[in-house]
Amino acid sequence: MDNFAPRLQHTIKMRKTINLRKGLNLNLRGGVESEDVTKVTPSLVAVIPDDFPGFSPKLDVAEGDTVEAGMPLMHDKNCESVKLVSPVAGKVSAVVRGARRKIERVVIAPEGNGSLVHDAGKATSAETVKTLLMESGLWAMMRRRPYDIIPQAADKPRDIFVTAMDTAPLAWDPETLAAGKTAELAAGVKALKQLTSGNIYIGIKNGSQMPDIAGAEMVEFNTLHPAGNAGAQAANISPVNKGEVIWTLDIITLARIGKLMLTGKADFETTVAVTGSEVKTPRLINTVDGADVARLTEGNIVDDGRNHRIISGNVLTGIPVGSDGFLRFPYRQITVIPEGDDADEFMGWASLSPSKMSTNRSFLGHFLNRAFSPDARLQGGRRGMIMSGEYDKVFPMDILPEYLIKAIMSRDIDQMEALGIYEVAPEDFALCEYVDPSKLELQRIVREGLDYLRSEI
Amino acid sequence: MKALRNYLNRVKPNFEPGGKLHAFRSVFDGFETFLFTPNTTSTSGVNIHDSLDSKRVMIIVVMALMPCLFFGMYNTGYQNWLGAGAQSFPFWEIMLYGFLAILPRIAVTYIVGLGIEFIVAQWRREEIQEGFLVTGILIPLICPIETPLWMLAVATAFSVIFVKEVFGGTGYNVFNVALVTRAFLFFAYPAQMSGDNVFVSTRPILGLGYNVNYADGISGATPLGQIATSGAGEQPLNIIGDPISTWDAFLGLIPGSFGETSTLCILIGAIILLWTGIASWRIILSVVAGGLLMGWVANTFQTPTYPASFLSPLDQLLYGGFAFAAVFMATDPVTAARTGVGKYIYGFLVGVVAILIRVYNNGYPEGAMLAVLLMNALAPLIDYCVVQANINRRMRRTKTSA
Repeated sequence: MDNFAPRLQHTIKMRKTINLRKGLNLNLRGGVESEDVTKVTPSLVAVIPDDFPGFSPKLDVAEGDTVEAGMPLMHDKNCESVKLVSPVAGKVSAVVRGARRKIERVVIAPEGNGSLVHDAGKATSAETVKTLLMESGLWAMMRRRPYDIIPQAADKPRDIFVTAMDTAPLAWDPETLAAGKTAELAAGVKALKQLTSGNIYIGIKNGSQMPDIAGAEMVEFNTLHPAGNAGAQAANISPVNKGEVIWTLDIITLARIGKLMLTGKADFETTVAVTGSEVKTPRLINTVDGADVARLTEGNIVDDGRNHRIISGNVLTGIPVGSDGFLRFPYRQITVIPEGDDADEFMGWASLSPSKMSTNRSFLGHFLNRAFSPDARLQGGRRGMIMSGEYDKVFPMDILPEYLIKAIMSRDIDQMEALGIYEVAPEDFALCEYVDPSKLELQRIVREGLDYLRSEI
Repeated sequence: MKALRNYLNRVKPNFEPGGKLHAFRSVFDGFETFLFTPNTTSTSGVNIHDSLDSKRVMIIVVMALMPCLFFGMYNTGYQNWLGAGAQSFPFWEIMLYGFLAILPRIAVTYIVGLGIEFIVAQWRREEIQEGFLVTGILIPLICPIETPLWMLAVATAFSVIFVKEVFGGTGYNVFNVALVTRAFLFFAYPAQMSGDNVFVSTRPILGLGYNVNYADGISGATPLGQIATSGAGEQPLNIIGDPISTWDAFLGLIPGSFGETSTLCILIGAIILLWTGIASWRIILSVVAGGLLMGWVANTFQTPTYPASFLSPLDQLLYGGFAFAAVFMATDPVTAARTGVGKYIYGFLVGVVAILIRVYNNGYPEGAMLAVLLMNALAPLIDYCVVQANINRRMRRTKTSA
């Protein structure tokens, strides 16, 4: 109802345009300015099963084994063909386990150049394409809704949504990275077309120069975050209904799928944007999925005696990893911000400082057209829900976010279903969590709710 | 500031479990978070947060109430001077008089309310929440100035315990806490809460002010009180018998509850709240629209049986507690409707019911308090209907695609 409904227009190039009206762009300091890409070879590479929700890992290798790029390291207990593979050739240097022998990560020391080649010529039917994707490790790079987990073998997705945008704070435009890969994208679309009876949509930004990819429908969006999220795009093109399944992935994964189909090799090279206010020179780095953060940020973090938070990903959905951590899925951004646990702000709630970032008009910073350097503090205490209507302003789906959150918190399955839990993923609530004056952990609540629902049904 | 921070860090262990002052943990916590923003960093989900927090929201509301508070101080003194027949009105003396009149009431409300909240927070082992900062200033503003202090204390205690803490604290109450305090006073002590003698301060305070005797020609009745008791269409009079013009009603130098008389100051408060986005413009707009509509309907069918029906729609907004309720009471985010569409319906009904009660129920000269409380009870139902509409839309979508 209200003003969720986006405007659809047909441009002269016959591309659908959807302009989201709800969302928020955050202007942070530390964006990448130069398009130069530096190649960095990691000293260690890790594959972390937690990055792939729904994947129950079982080891296929042991410490000390030699692996080639593309060789399986773990397979899924629920479906043996689904594999997580090594992004590089080398030796397995460590298998780190956590509580109750849960596999935390498999660490590989890169060495040599070997690369596993799959027989892509045999992948002609839906089943064979599926098996190829599963074995190559690219299957786990996609997500399915409901539940926001890796696609299941029995899935028959109604549509597949590919996003060629990244509107998260300080993110680098993936379209520039996919430029010139039209043949691979077309091959990827052709392969995925076998797996769905519906359409493949590619979400691109307004005024994008990306050529039409055969077999896919291009849809233009305005660059208001979260327009770059595949889930938000799906909700505005064709939302998931109960009983339906959709898959989402990004353009880089589509290009990799295409390359796999054409050459039989899965590619794990990635371009990472190292960004954030605590980075001396924000830049682009060409490296490998799962590279160690220490190498990627070497010598590039400001030395000001304060604690830093190194986030793999963007500030909204990224995961803090220590300086001894690894690049996490989707392997394309690192943000370094001040931690803030050493700050002593006197009566911060009364502050008129222009350096405080806020959507609220009581802060001077709201009116200044400048980039901010926020730290990782909560900026207040956790409370119950008090203000209403804040979530709706940044949530561009036909869902009532506050009521869905309440249904999740009270574990009311019928209400969750009725309010649209099958359509959402935790990342959709990232902006809601950002603006929330009550500082609720919305993404965690949604993740736990989705996992609970999956276990109950 | 460093010295203060170091001092707090030094004393903090005394308040931890096992320390000798552990029973006052919640009090210390409250002061500590008041003085210094907590250093807690986010442990899951988003890594950065917006700078707006619950404390700032509440303080903005308190700021928005300051014009009403200061004007109320002046008005209290002014009514006293005027009623005693004074010819000159020295500004600072009048302000001081008003300040001394309201100070005990604010003190009692905050001490009782915050005391209960600290105890409950300690018992629940939670951080004390800021909801009462606003409630504590609202209660003295909506009560007549001559309310006995012990009554204020009892009513505040009742409200905070049974309307707020029993439900879970800030964010969980169904009814507006300040209005329930007022309603408690209204229904438990009707003689002291209504009538013509409670709205003006009639005794000197600490040597300031005068004695006001309600004799011929001196009446402390509020405009709505006069209309309810008089015949139809009579012009309301001020304390010494001069007619009250529209400008007087707008400015607020008329008898009434402490902070409710000045529509001008309420308007300033509304601008502050709307500018900062703390109050919902939907609710304020709908309450005013509902009030104007009902006022127009009542005025069109004016009849001597219901004297208040002779008021023009604009007068309905200016007199009584309607404007105050529209801006500060109906907009309480916790107790109002929470869906966008729901806010329009909720606000509209508040406006309509407030004027309805005021005009057509001769027992209550003012209906705003009751209207807001009634709609607080119905707000979940309104939201339920809006949520159902969303659910039905989703189910229809499922059916058409199946």
